[in-house]
Amino acid sequence: MISRRRKFEERIFKVLMLGSTVVVIGSLLVILGTVVVKSLPALRLSMLVQTPKGGYYLGKEGGILNAILGSLYLAGGATLLAVLLSLPVVLYLNLYARKASAFATVARFALDVMWGIPSIVYGAFGFVVMMSLGLRASLLAGVITVALLEIPIMARAMDEVVRLVPRPLLDASVSLGATRLETALKVAARQALPGIVTAVLIAFGRGIGDAASVLFTAGFTDNVPTSLLRPAATLPLAIFFQLGSPVLEVRQRAYASAAVLTLIVLAISLASRVLVRKFGRHTIR
Amino acid sequence: MALSSHIRIRDLSVSYGDQDVLKHVSLDIPDRKVTVVIGPSGCGKTTLLKAMNRLLDSVEGARVTGTILVDGEDLYDPKAELTHIRKKMGLLSQKPQVLPMSVFDNIAYGPRIHGLRDKRRLAALVERELRAAGLWDEVKDRLHEPASRLSVGQQQRLCLARGLAVEPEIILGDEPTSALDPLSSRIVERRLIELKSDYTVIVVTHILRQARRIADYVAFLYLGELVEHGEAAEVLGSPRDPRTKAYVSGEIS
Repeated sequence: MISRRRKFEERIFKVLMLGSTVVVIGSLLVILGTVVVKSLPALRLSMLVQTPKGGYYLGKEGGILNAILGSLYLAGGATLLAVLLSLPVVLYLNLYARKASAFATVARFALDVMWGIPSIVYGAFGFVVMMSLGLRASLLAGVITVALLEIPIMARAMDEVVRLVPRPLLDASVSLGATRLETALKVAARQALPGIVTAVLIAFGRGIGDAASVLFTAGFTDNVPTSLLRPAATLPLAIFFQLGSPVLEVRQRAYASAAVLTLIVLAISLASRVLVRKFGRHTIR
Repeated sequence: MALSSHIRIRDLSVSYGDQDVLKHVSLDIPDRKVTVVIGPSGCGKTTLLKAMNRLLDSVEGARVTGTILVDGEDLYDPKAELTHIRKKMGLLSQKPQVLPMSVFDNIAYGPRIHGLRDKRRLAALVERELRAAGLWDEVKDRLHEPASRLSVGQQQRLCLARGLAVEPEIILGDEPTSALDPLSSRIVERRLIELKSDYTVIVVTHILRQARRIADYVAFLYLGELVEHGEAAEVLGSPRDPRTKAYVSGEIS
């Protein structure tokens, strides 16, 4: 009797778990499907290679090149800035600070808190900093704000992989007379390189898709960004503005913009797979 | 004893937290001999080795007292330069730890760090060390492949060659054959014996037969205490202390 009950339990829960998995993957497919289907009428080459012309927002000629380039510049700059800050933090926490040190614990907790801060708060903060520096909405202000958003994601993801570098491997390096810095850069970072690359790309993906942090800081413009100190358009905001339009063609373009953004993120995921394999060549398992 | 010695351990104690791992160990390591440290697991053998190249510095909660003099210099002098100390000691660990880079770069890593940049001289050095390790013929076509693709036995010989490439004076082996098959173990053992003509070799092992095969000088550690030390034939053949006797005859392990 008991064994039949347990068998039944086993089957029920297996079905439930499988069901959950199907729901999750199905949601992704539905989202992708919706974006693609709704964007089809508007997706054409001119969308990708032109900036908005006069009357674009009423359904006339033009494209979203301003937002595509703006987003790439902005997320690229922010990711670069975030790497420059995250990598030293992670190497310090894992190779210099003692594992049980209060400082390392506090630093990791701080990163977790930063991770949890909603991006609109970063946007508001970035806005305040921008005003106090006398800047106006610009690519630079956007880069700084998005970097703040990316840092905790990147640093924590890197932390997880650098932490896994085996102690004896580091010992082998210092035994040869290497300094801690040489060991950190040439052995620890190299061993963890695939994970570090993944962390960078995950953060890039988050940065490029975020609307709230750039709303007040990067502004919006119909021109391709030419200067760090000028406003820059971004894809999330292009979607936001166009989706609110009463004109059908413009709403279709919103979906086309969403398709482009999704495609960029997808490309990044694929790139990350390829790069992990490439950089994982030397990793000691 | 008329053995010359440039490594003198004096009253060395190590504790992790409130646990004493080494208790007042004093030992002179004879030059250009294979000194084997034997003892049951947990007796402090590995700790002794790690104390010698100051790897204990990175072990949380480890406290070291006493002195280790190498050429009259105290390793634990606060002014002692760590990288210099470690360069003097080549370490061979239990499991081969190849670096996450190519076979070539594994050997070249140390010399590059210590300032050798010239490509031709690096290449010559790598070839010399690999030949000396008996690895050259096996890896000469795979120099730029990841070192992790070599067999475990090859990896351990690579690690030994890598250590020798920085021209150490002392070779420390921490159960260096424990992860190897019998054939590779013999190759590494033979290599260690060859090396004593130029280096001082210290090997930690819990394999008594290995000690008999390679040791010139033996130190027996038991529960953190240095029980007995002397010529291999004496300690292994006619031990004086009852604990050594029990260990050598296989009663305790």
